[in-house]
Amino acid sequence: MKSILEIRGLKASVEDMPILRGIDLTVNAGEVHAIMGPNGSGKSTLASVLAGNEDYEVDGGTVEYLGKDLLEMDVDERAREGVFLAFQYPIELPGVSTMNFLKQAVNSVREHRGQKPLGAAELLRLAKEKAALIELDTRLKQRSVNQGFSGGEKKRNEIFQLAMLEPTLAILDETDSGLDIDALRSVANGVNLLRTQERGFLIITHYQRLLNYIVPDFVHVIAGGRIVRSGDKELALELEKRGYDWVQEELAA
Amino acid sequence: MNTDTQYLHEVAESDYEHGWSTDIVSDTIPKGLNEDVIRLISSKKNDPDWMLENRLRAFRHWEKLAADTDKYPRWAHLQYPEINFDEISYYSAPGSKPRYESLDEVDPELIKTFEALGIPLEEQKVLAGVAVDAVIDSVSVATTFKEELAKLGIIFCSFTEAIENHGDLVRKHMGSVVPHTDNFYAALNAAVFSDGSFCYIPPGVRCPMELSTYFRINQAGTGQFERTLIVAEEGSYVSYLEGCTAPRRDEHQLHAAVVEIIAHKDAEVKYSTIQNWYPGDNEGKGGVFNFVTKRGICEGTGSKISWTQLETGSAITWKYPSVILKGDHSIGEFYSVAFTKGRQQADTGTKMLHIGRNTSSSIISKGISAGRSNNSYRGLVRINKGAENARNFTQCDSMLLGDRCGAHTFPYLEIQNPTAQVEHEATTSKVGEDQMFYCQQRGISEQDAIKLLVSGFCQEILAKLPMEFAVEARKLLAIELEGSVG
Ligand SMILES: Nc1ncnc2c1ncn2[C@@H]1O[C@H](COP(=O)(O)OP(=O)(O)O)[C@@H](O)[C@H]1O
Ligand SMILES: [Mg+2]
Repeated sequence: MKSILEIRGLKASVEDMPILRGIDLTVNAGEVHAIMGPNGSGKSTLASVLAGNEDYEVDGGTVEYLGKDLLEMDVDERAREGVFLAFQYPIELPGVSTMNFLKQAVNSVREHRGQKPLGAAELLRLAKEKAALIELDTRLKQRSVNQGFSGGEKKRNEIFQLAMLEPTLAILDETDSGLDIDALRSVANGVNLLRTQERGFLIITHYQRLLNYIVPDFVHVIAGGRIVRSGDKELALELEKRGYDWVQEELAA
Repeated sequence: MNTDTQYLHEVAESDYEHGWSTDIVSDTIPKGLNEDVIRLISSKKNDPDWMLENRLRAFRHWEKLAADTDKYPRWAHLQYPEINFDEISYYSAPGSKPRYESLDEVDPELIKTFEALGIPLEEQKVLAGVAVDAVIDSVSVATTFKEELAKLGIIFCSFTEAIENHGDLVRKHMGSVVPHTDNFYAALNAAVFSDGSFCYIPPGVRCPMELSTYFRINQAGTGQFERTLIVAEEGSYVSYLEGCTAPRRDEHQLHAAVVEIIAHKDAEVKYSTIQNWYPGDNEGKGGVFNFVTKRGICEGTGSKISWTQLETGSAITWKYPSVILKGDHSIGEFYSVAFTKGRQQADTGTKMLHIGRNTSSSIISKGISAGRSNNSYRGLVRINKGAENARNFTQCDSMLLGDRCGAHTFPYLEIQNPTAQVEHEATTSKVGEDQMFYCQQRGISEQDAIKLLVSGFCQEILAKLPMEFAVEARKLLAIELEGSVG
């Protein structure tokens, strides 16, 4: 099986405070990994470090992405190489039109892959097709990026961008939080349609609920900056029943 | 972010793209300013007597101001060496023959630059020195579409032709909005101005096309002093575009223009500018000193004057396009984007003078500063005693790119009528690191991300420009932001 991501002994800190204390994780092509854990356990930190956010300091360990040293790459290079992060809190870009933003993003990625850039008409066609996939209100495409979007609309917009950019590794950071049940269903449905043999997913979530719709191949629990337990989808159900105190207690014992 | 700062410095130091000059044989008079020079300019222009008298009156007034150093305007937030008015030549005309007969003969490199800027073909010809209508140095060469417009009774021609053929109209309106006594540079302009544009829209006529003029200072050691006069009669409409460039010169060049607009009852004038004079190099060497007086009067009931500007050029910009809201229910607007980098300094804004009843004005100013530049907004809103129910909305947003530049806001409010409703909002921001990260996480490079975010910041204003001009403005802004990378 083709490995996409190999994280070994990853340690990271923010403002001199150690957060990740040695993460090991392998994601192969076609796999969906769920990362669960209590608030503040370091889930978003892991996502940010993988995306290359410079607010986070890497203190040790290695990350190999498609055989290359991910930690050596710039943020935009990682993205063009196929690493996509759906943000927990998507950023508003006032005055920046969604289509113009997408055009630049899509064509940067395409150019990197040696594909010819898409013209305005082709891009519109593609956007229409992908928006339908996750039932995004098409009027949102006519607004500035994320500006004045509701929480749910922002999350849908992240998945829409994921669909447009067709990454190799998709990291979803709490995409489910703030979604009502209908939105959750359509986002999950969109993600399921995007599951392919070539693509790997890292789905960060606090609740088991999302995993009823996106069934993961593996579930990992992070606590205190380490993966303290790994299993299959049954682990998520057990967590749901017994709460996070359970893993933390076991850990302390 | 270190790389950000580095990039921003590179942006701030990127080169001026219009630094070429054209080797046109020209007729330039000796440097210096005195009554003989005024008479010489006047005779070269074949002025009628009244015009010569106007010039001399203005010159005598200017002499008085120039003799008293306290009279020189120093209130702007600008620092520049004293200007030696004897070191400037006040008149330069291109030789009788244009350099090229058609665009095919023009250096392809030059055409590429134009294309990069998205400048329409007509303007390309103008800039390359093909015989068309533009003010290069002091003289306007010709006017396109003149006949088509004439059928509607619209007059659009050089100021010189206007004096010759429409002397009464010019005499009646010239100096009625910006008299020569208005300020130091208005006096200078009235004395030495050599050409410019004149535009007259008859009652009830909606001008079917955008009227545009390109100004360019070409000759070394010359100043440019053009005048624009626009008269919109009752119920008429016109959209007027003005673009400016200048070649790269090591010495400073002086540009002191005057624009006057008169809008009668229910008339509307929309005036858009892209100002891209040479800004000087990164150490502040060379560059145009741009001292401009632009003012319009909403003379009649229900009239409207709207100024939209993109200011990216000049070493020094001193410019306050203003509106006198005299007619009841008249409307004044000022929409501005000023981008400064290197050592550029801009002090720009507007004056909205509310006189009539139920008048309203809107001001939206976006200042972007990079490098070691300084960018100031200065705006006056005055509501006179009799101006019942006046309204003003002002919004000033500044964006800083890097940590060595400055943004300043100087709002002045004078309210003499209690029914006035005035709103003022101001913000200062930096390009957010989280916004940069978001763009880059989508594969967009650092410099493209900055361009995207800056043009997003200005979008509201750029959207108010006529379409083709807006395209040009966006490209110009992108080039200005380009940096030496890429
Ligand atoms: N940018 C930051 N600045 C300061 N502290 C941070 C920052 N990001 C995360 N932290 C801290 O790091 C810890 C882990 O946070 P995070 O990775 O966001 O957790 P999770 O996503 O699992 O809820 C928390 O204690 C949080 O307060
Ligand atoms: Mg989180």
